[in-house]
Amino acid sequence: MPRPGFVLDVDRSTPPMLFWHGEKFSLERLPADRSRVIYPPEPIAGIRDVSAAIDHALEHPLDMDPLRALLRPGMVLTICFDDVSLSLPKMRRPDSRQRVIEAVLDLAAEAGVDDVHIIAALGLHRRMHDHELRHVLGDRIVDAFGPTGALYQHDAEDYENLTVVGTTDHGEVLEINRRVAESDLVVYANVNQVAMDGGWKSLVTGVASYRCLSHHHNPESLRNTRSLMDRHHSALHHSIWRLGAVLRDHGPKVFQIETTINTDAFPSPFDFLSRREWEWTARDRATYLATSKALSRMPRSMARKIFHSIEAPYAMTGIHAGFTESVHERTLADVYQQHLVEVEGQTDILTMGVPFISPYNPDSIMNPILVMCMGLGYMFNMYRGKPLVREGGVVIMTHPTYRDFNPVHHPSYIDFFDEVLADTTDPVVMSEKWERKYAEDEWYRHLYRTGNAYHGVHPFYAWYWGAHGQQWAGRVIIVGGDAATVRRLGFTPASTMNDALELASDVVGRSPTITHLHVPSVLVADVV
Amino acid sequence: MSSDRTSLTRGLRQAERVAGAAERVVAAVAAPLRRTGFPWRAPTVPRGVEVPEEPSTLGADYDTEWARRPSAVLSRAFMIAVPMRLFTAAIARPEVLGLDRLADLAREDEPEPLIFAPSHHSHLDTMVMIQAIPRAWRHDLVVAAAADYFFDRRWKAAFSALALNAIPIDRESTGRRSADTFRDLVADGHSLLIYPEGGRSPDGWGQPFKGGAAYLAARTGARIVPVHIEGTGAIFGKGMRRPRPGRTRVIFGRPITPGVDESTRRLNQRIEQAVARLAEESISDAWTAATAAASGTLPSRTGPAINGWRRTWLLNERRRREVSGRRSRPQRAWPNLGDRES
Repeated sequence: MPRPGFVLDVDRSTPPMLFWHGEKFSLERLPADRSRVIYPPEPIAGIRDVSAAIDHALEHPLDMDPLRALLRPGMVLTICFDDVSLSLPKMRRPDSRQRVIEAVLDLAAEAGVDDVHIIAALGLHRRMHDHELRHVLGDRIVDAFGPTGALYQHDAEDYENLTVVGTTDHGEVLEINRRVAESDLVVYANVNQVAMDGGWKSLVTGVASYRCLSHHHNPESLRNTRSLMDRHHSALHHSIWRLGAVLRDHGPKVFQIETTINTDAFPSPFDFLSRREWEWTARDRATYLATSKALSRMPRSMARKIFHSIEAPYAMTGIHAGFTESVHERTLADVYQQHLVEVEGQTDILTMGVPFISPYNPDSIMNPILVMCMGLGYMFNMYRGKPLVREGGVVIMTHPTYRDFNPVHHPSYIDFFDEVLADTTDPVVMSEKWERKYAEDEWYRHLYRTGNAYHGVHPFYAWYWGAHGQQWAGRVIIVGGDAATVRRLGFTPASTMNDALELASDVVGRSPTITHLHVPSVLVADVV
Repeated sequence: MSSDRTSLTRGLRQAERVAGAAERVVAAVAAPLRRTGFPWRAPTVPRGVEVPEEPSTLGADYDTEWARRPSAVLSRAFMIAVPMRLFTAAIARPEVLGLDRLADLAREDEPEPLIFAPSHHSHLDTMVMIQAIPRAWRHDLVVAAAADYFFDRRWKAAFSALALNAIPIDRESTGRRSADTFRDLVADGHSLLIYPEGGRSPDGWGQPFKGGAAYLAARTGARIVPVHIEGTGAIFGKGMRRPRPGRTRVIFGRPITPGVDESTRRLNQRIEQAVARLAEESISDAWTAATAAASGTLPSRTGPAINGWRRTWLLNERRRREVSGRRSRPQRAWPNLGDRES
């Protein structure tokens, strides 16, 4: 029986806490009697017979006819799926998207459907490499649909193949992939790793154009999102749901298939990362010492390679299919069952270890902008109700924050760092002054469409993602980061955790309360 | 030239003399034994007396229990891991696909026993399968082997039992005794490798499935994994004197669960169709195979209902589309996507 998450009050007997530090870890001792640590729930048990569960979901969908009844010869069927930004780390094969899509294709074959396209719904993310497609979809699907051109990746800049479906009463234009818009049936296979994913967000962002995405991926929406993990209090999700309503009323029939996974993210020998420190066995301690020493001595690129090669032994905990909104409510219940931890009250200082990975650097470098996005965007937003840190409080992150970029995946990030951040770190200012230039740059557009680069505007979106946290926190300190790079981000560098706490005292006084978000694994703090 | 012939004649005469001397020695040793008679020799049977037949210990009656003792298991593990692995890699170079279809079951703490039902073209199939089957089942695998072929001599029976963990099975009909043995083995956690065709293909085309695998699944309750093996027939098919090294491919299908009230005949049809679908998947792709299976247009595994050269001709046609069974990969045939618009 997996144990639920809990809040530990730190006392003198509490061992040092594990912090991620990019491609390394560290153990930090938190001040006794005024610190607390939020531990995530243990991974819940997965579905035993996944194939049977998928078949059942397709035969008994929510508020829709069974998929079998929706399929007929001569129809136009499009299957869309989440890109490589999910799951993190990548799940070991077979990926749940492969399993779901294979089941859908079996039914389509039985029904005599010939016109089937499979589209990676990657929005403005980078195109997936062939090995990534094979990892997500499996060899059978790639070999069957790849050579004939029926498997491809969405292109948000291919205006000949984009079409406007309608406009919301807020003036938001829904412009999406033409093939999707003109299909008789669209099946979406997703992975709901956190509560932010899924629902209308899957299609409305995954196969949309830049113009459409800019309605909600902007500083105003992101600053008014409380939080990304609570769609009912997220301005971003409100906009997406309005666009979803347009899709529902004027677009193709959508059959949504959502899957949830547990938090069993690290296989042996890294499984000690998910354990509570006082439960570490002698083997865990030895593994920690060996890996942390080895990681600190090896080149960063090698450590990165090791971490990105990890395949998570996630188990599928739920699958629901049918009408998008009904499906998503069930999915959210499953996600919250895994992630929610009740926490009483806010804190003066929030500490967090930022890992080697974010949704925007699978198999790539965690550049400084992504450190900001991961810390203030994702980890800060891991709450429901109110933020873990009080308004004006301090956020302390641990990460090496090196000035290192992947020029293939993140070309516009390099210029963003050198040009935009040198000018301003204010999301509103950069949005007005710089965004259009990057979004319409022909070179970035070319790299996005033909290479494996994120869209030119993507570093802005990554920055906006942290806009709420940036506005909320009185000071952001990064421990162990490259000082010049950290300052360019608008944050304060510190050498050690003690130095960081000392620096924080300028803002929150001499005896602040401290809350540490224990990562891994994933949790959502239900702050009351 | 003439001196060569003289030396050859001399050599033959010398060999003749040696053989004659050996014959005389044997005769001299055997003579006292012949004189001694019973009990040194077998007794003669009096007229009018019928000697009761001793129960057979060969064929389907061969007892393989000893081959599952720890010492035999250890020896077999070594044979599988070293000589058999090297031999298979050198001769057959198997490419294994579809293991993801077994991933869930393999990750169980105690994986449930399965019945693997592959197509059968060669003696190599068993070695290739043993290497291809995931570790979760490999060392608890028993192989159903034809009693009349692998267990007709004591040395063959011992070798089959030790090296392959083979169990004799009557290929014409799966009797209650065999079924009980397999049921006990499955209950004991052993998985089973059985060729539903009953024997190697005589001409390279598949043969109709006999009901053995389906019957055993119904009796044991174990799930059946359809498997298609490609290429072994071209490497060492029936009738070939020695193997011609090449590539092989093994594709595992999705496990089939016997229905509660499903007849053996129906289950057998499902297994056969699943293997046919995998065969098509191997030479085309999964989607083509799925649509063909759904529309009932899967190419026949057993070939055209004609005899003679045309059957062989069509087999060659099919083998040209396979990637296995030959030394090198064929040139990749890219589909025609039409003219690209400028």
